[in-house]
Amino acid sequence: MAQADVSIKPTEVQGGHGHPDKWKWYDYFTFNVDHKVIGIQYLVTSFLFYLAGGFMAVLMRTELATPDSDFLSPDLYNAFLTNHGTIMIFLWIVPAAIGGFGNFLIPLMIGARDMAFPKLNAIAFWLNPPAGAVLAASFFLGGGAQSGWTSYPPLSEITANLPQTLWCVALVMVGTSSILGSVNFLVTIWKMRIPSMKWDQMPLFCWAMVATSILALFATPVLAAALILLTFDINFGTSFFKPDAGGNVVVYQHLFWFYSHPAVYLMILPIFGIMSEVIPVHARKPIFGYKAIAYSSLTICLVGLFVWVHHMFTSGTAPWMRIFFTISTLIVAVPTGVKIFSWVATLWGGKIRYTTAMLFAVGLLSMFVFGGLSGVTLGAAPFDIHVHDTYYVVGHFHYVLFGGSVFGIYSGIYHWFPKITGRMLNEPLGKVHFVLTFIGTLLTFTPMHQLGMQGMPRRVAMYDPQFADLNQLVTVGAYILAVSVIPFYFNVIWSWRSGKEAGPNPWNALTLEWTTDSPPIIENWEVLPVLTHGPYEYGMDKANQVGPAGEPTEATQV
Amino acid sequence: MQGAIDSNTAAANGHAAVAHEAHEEHQDLRVLGLITFLASEFLMFAGFFAVFLVFRGSAAEWPPKETEVELLLPAVNTLILVSSSWVINLGTKAIKKNDLAGMRKWFGITAAMGAVFLAGQVYEYMNLGYGLRTNLFSNCFYLTTGFHGAHVFIGLVLILGVLWRSRRANHYSDITHTGPEMAEIYWHFVDVVWIVLFTLIYLLTLLN
Repeated sequence: MAQADVSIKPTEVQGGHGHPDKWKWYDYFTFNVDHKVIGIQYLVTSFLFYLAGGFMAVLMRTELATPDSDFLSPDLYNAFLTNHGTIMIFLWIVPAAIGGFGNFLIPLMIGARDMAFPKLNAIAFWLNPPAGAVLAASFFLGGGAQSGWTSYPPLSEITANLPQTLWCVALVMVGTSSILGSVNFLVTIWKMRIPSMKWDQMPLFCWAMVATSILALFATPVLAAALILLTFDINFGTSFFKPDAGGNVVVYQHLFWFYSHPAVYLMILPIFGIMSEVIPVHARKPIFGYKAIAYSSLTICLVGLFVWVHHMFTSGTAPWMRIFFTISTLIVAVPTGVKIFSWVATLWGGKIRYTTAMLFAVGLLSMFVFGGLSGVTLGAAPFDIHVHDTYYVVGHFHYVLFGGSVFGIYSGIYHWFPKITGRMLNEPLGKVHFVLTFIGTLLTFTPMHQLGMQGMPRRVAMYDPQFADLNQLVTVGAYILAVSVIPFYFNVIWSWRSGKEAGPNPWNALTLEWTTDSPPIIENWEVLPVLTHGPYEYGMDKANQVGPAGEPTEATQV
Repeated sequence: MQGAIDSNTAAANGHAAVAHEAHEEHQDLRVLGLITFLASEFLMFAGFFAVFLVFRGSAAEWPPKETEVELLLPAVNTLILVSSSWVINLGTKAIKKNDLAGMRKWFGITAAMGAVFLAGQVYEYMNLGYGLRTNLFSNCFYLTTGFHGAHVFIGLVLILGVLWRSRRANHYSDITHTGPEMAEIYWHFVDVVWIVLFTLIYLLTLLN
């Protein structure tokens, strides 16, 4: 154990040049320690889980097209409900946004050859596919967990014991993966920047990942504690959450939300980072308020640890706690608003290029403002008590998670696909994808707010006929969303093989990942780049991108 | 952002500079990584502590009559575990002076003390008149001490691993001693968790 082993064995080394060749396709199916391979592994697996979770959503919406329970059995509906949420959060958004973009981009953005702990990184990824397999197995060993992604006791302790236990095991696995990944991100960003890059010269995505990693480190172990206690209650006869034996179900809710509210920020902070990269590049303007955006990420991280009880306003929470947590929740809107205004100010007067990446970024802006505002309404205890456990809540968090996180992941894919694969995605097809997604999102998630205000409860397979019209509209929207992924997946598969060659820097961007080949060589650069300008100095004379070979690149003419 | 030109490089003149060797090794960051990980790990125990305190605060009688805790053996055990933190520190101090035999001696003693602690824990479990399922207190008692015991066991494996590797000549020296250092840090972590646990479970009962 003399030194951390960071050297990477390439599949093949070109004779003479002394620099390694690219990875072969089968390297992507192995325990590979290259951060770019791991990033792609995260992205591809999470996009597969996205299809699985989306498939469940389509089946649920088909059930909900009519008021009666006539398509899925109620148990199957509950299992889909539980696993749709679990998969979309823990196996799609978190691994795609944090594991995928984080691993691929961070060493490239800070001028490092790899993450600080490459083997640990690979271990963290390889915890994910087995977790998905365990969830899949839970369907065949007792019909899947039934109690929703929150798995509140007593329901989670009296239904489907084996699947519920498997669910806990799967979550502890992805949680461990998340903790190991966060250790890696923090140490890498802290210690492995090229010497010429100071903290305030880092791309904002790195700042976002610092905040994300701190949150994951502090919140995830508490979820693990909750799940361990739940597992003991279910299988080993303890009574932590059994009121008849002196236990307390609200204790579970506290532990669960101490993680799961910060988990919301885990899913959006990296997306904020993606926004801060995509918008300046495609608006050809320096980012507005670099420090404000960087520090607002840390503020969200800090305040986000003290808001969790707003999920529990109806759990017999004491009035003083309601007041405290209403106030702390509303405070989160301030740093979030700082970001929104900074992005709008960045767009203002820019030479905006309406690429698909930019369309998704701007789409996210509008969607997220809507979802953020409905979040503020839910943060206020008096209103929340009225709409708690209704479709208003479902509408709100889908606006934030789909209109926010998923739009951001799409935007990031259109932006960095050329870097990841060396080929451009097809732009017209991308625009079809965007239009379908945008319309589908509006149609699916907007009527849910009205349904909730009218009193339709969430997590039901059967509902009062008075809600039928709006529910049919929602189902049509869901079908449009289902169709919207077809041009996207087709585009990705087709372009990966035969898209237009991208070259090192197709967007004339200034951050360091664009100074190397597309896709980057193993170990990223033959000679590490030297920072000669900030990450966002578009339209300024100083912007003089110097590539590793010593030739000013096209970015000189920004 | 101001023009972030690194004045140390020739890049300021408009030319690229070869600032770094192509395949340089970065500094050893494993100790930093371990500390970051343990900070996270501690939060899991903090969750258990919080649960324990909530139940203690809301119970009429804690611990209930049928699950009295014994104090003498755990106190002796605590003494052993806490002092072992000093012993393992002597071991890493020795290797930093290139005294391999000294390190092996102190790490061996630490391992023995850890094993005695675990044996004492098992002995206590076997001689208590209640099990995991008896009541809420016994749930908390066995779960927290059990998880801590599992961590002591992992620490023991790490120490034995260091001892195993130290048989190879020149594996550890005054320059390369990250392995022993990490084992020591982990051992201190296990110790700190135990001190909190001992306070919560045993010392607080003295207040009753």
